Amino acid sequence: MESLTDTTVKIDLNEKTVRELNAELHAPTAKSYKVSNPHGVHSVATGIKDDIDVEIDGDVGYFCAGMHQKGNVTINGMAGPGVAENMMSGKVHVKGHASQSAAATSHGGLLVVEGNASTRCGISLKGGDIVVKGNIGALSAFMAQAGRIVVCGDAGHALGDSIFEARLYVRGEVKSLGADCIAKDMRDEHRQELVQLLKDAGMEDEANDESYINSFTRYGSARTLYHFNSGE
Amino acid sequence: MCGIAGIHLRDESLAPQLGSFMQEMVEGIVVRGPDSAGLALYGDHDRLPEDYSSVSLLDAPDDIKERVSQKLPDADVTVEDFAETTFIRAKVKSQELANVVREVAPDAMVIGTGDDSVVYKGVGNPMDLRETYRLADATGWQGVIHTRLATESAVDAEGAHPYSVGNGLSLVHNGSFANHATVRRDLEDKGIEFDSDNDTEVAARFIAYQMEEEGDDLDTALKKVSSALDGFFTLLVTTEDGFAVARDEFATKPVIIAEHPQWVAMASEFQAIAHLPGIEDAEIFEPEPGKVLTWNR
Repeated sequence: MESLTDTTVKIDLNEKTVRELNAELHAPTAKSYKVSNPHGVHSVATGIKDDIDVEIDGDVGYFCAGMHQKGNVTINGMAGPGVAENMMSGKVHVKGHASQSAAATSHGGLLVVEGNASTRCGISLKGGDIVVKGNIGALSAFMAQAGRIVVCGDAGHALGDSIFEARLYVRGEVKSLGADCIAKDMRDEHRQELVQLLKDAGMEDEANDESYINSFTRYGSARTLYHFNSGE
Repeated sequence: MCGIAGIHLRDESLAPQLGSFMQEMVEGIVVRGPDSAGLALYGDHDRLPEDYSSVSLLDAPDDIKERVSQKLPDADVTVEDFAETTFIRAKVKSQELANVVREVAPDAMVIGTGDDSVVYKGVGNPMDLRETYRLADATGWQGVIHTRLATESAVDAEGAHPYSVGNGLSLVHNGSFANHATVRRDLEDKGIEFDSDNDTEVAARFIAYQMEEEGDDLDTALKKVSSALDGFFTLLVTTEDGFAVARDEFATKPVIIAEHPQWVAMASEFQAIAHLPGIEDAEIFEPEPGKVLTWNR
C-alpha cells in the first residue's frame, strides 16, 4: 500500500469499460478513485480487496460493490439490485435509493443507504450491517442469519420472514411481520449497538438523541421454526 | 430472462423523438435477451397514416399483397417486410383488414392489428433488429420493445413478444405463469381461440377478454390477472390509449419506472432509461409487489 499515490485517479466510464475500471481497482495504484458517467451499468467496483476509497458520481446498475472486502465505496446516486451483495467488510454508502436485495448475504462490513431500499433488503444476511435512512421494501431480512439492520423509516410486508439470529431495528411502521419474526424488548445492549450503528452511518446527532433511539423497536426471531414441530 | 422497455409520452410534442429514445433503450435491455426482439409503436403516422389500419403477419404467402388488394381494391394496400414480420396496411378499419387477411391467408399467423399501432417481431440480435425495424426513425406517442432470451419454447418469431391479441392491445412479459393451462381451458370454454401454447398468450387473451367482453378498463383487467394467474411476472400492457405495469406479489422480476411531466418510462433495468431527457428530474421508483399502475392518454 505504501506505493499507492495520494492523487485521486479519475476514471470516466464514457471512456473506459467497467472491466478496465475493475482491473485497475483490483490492482490499485492510488489510494482513491473517482468514477464518472456510470449510466446504470452493472458490476461497478465489485470485488475490491484493498483499503482504497472509490467515489462514483451517478447511478449504477446491478451488483455495485459486490463481494466488497475492504475500503470504502460511495455512490453519489442510486444503486441497482444487489448493491454490496456478499460484502465481507469495509463500507458501502449509497447517497440515493437502493434497489432490491441490497447487501444480500453480506458477511460483514456496513452498507448505508441514505434513501429507501427496495424489496428483499438484507435477504439471507450473514453478519453484515445495514443502515437505511428511509424505508425498506417487502420481504426484507428474509432468512437473515446474523448481522443488524437499522431502518429509520418504515418496513414493508413480511419483515424478517423465517429469520434466524439477525437483529432488526425499525423506527417507523412495519406493514406486517413474516413467519417467526416478532417484536422484542430493547435492552441496554441493543440500545448501545443501535447508537453505534447510527454513529457508524454518520448519524451522530440522531445517535445522541435519546428520544430518537427510544422510538425504535427491535425485531428478531421467535425461534419457533428452529426445531421440527410434530404438532403434538 | 427477458428485457422490457416502454415509453408513454405525456407531452406529444416529443413524438418525433420517440424512435431516438427507444433506439437507446434497446442498448440497456439487450443484455437480458439477445435472441429475438419485438416492437409495438403507437401513433407513428409515417408507418400508419390516419384512416389506415395495420395487420402484422408471420408466415405470410409471397403474393399476400395481391390477395389482399383483390378483396380491397380501393384501400391503397401496401406490404412491407420487417425481419420475419409481414406488415400490411390499408385504408380500412383494422377489423375489416384483419378479416380479409385471415380469409386470404388462413395459414399465416396474425401477430398484431391496430388502427393506431404497428407490431413487428423477429429473430436475431436486437441491436441489429432495431435497424431492420428502422427504430431510430419511429415517431408516435407510445412504444414498447421486448428482447427475448428463450427459456420455455423455441427461438422463433412466434415466441417473441409483444403478444398482440386485441385491437392495439400488446402485452410484454418477463416471467412465467404456473396455471396458464387452467386459465386457457376457461377461456377456450368461452370460445376464445389460441395461436400458440405460450403462457404469455394466455395472459394477453385473458386481458383482451376482460376488456372486450366484460367491459373492464385496463386497470381493472390487470388487477384480475393478479388474482386469476399464478406465477412470476412483470407485465407491460399497452393499448391505443393506455400504458400499464403489473407485478406479482413476490416481485421477483425487476422493473423500474421513471415518471416525468413529459413522459412515463418503464424498463427491466435502469440503464435502459438512464439516457432519457430529464431523467434527473423524473420520479424514479420500483412498484410495490402486487401493484398495478396505469397511465392513460
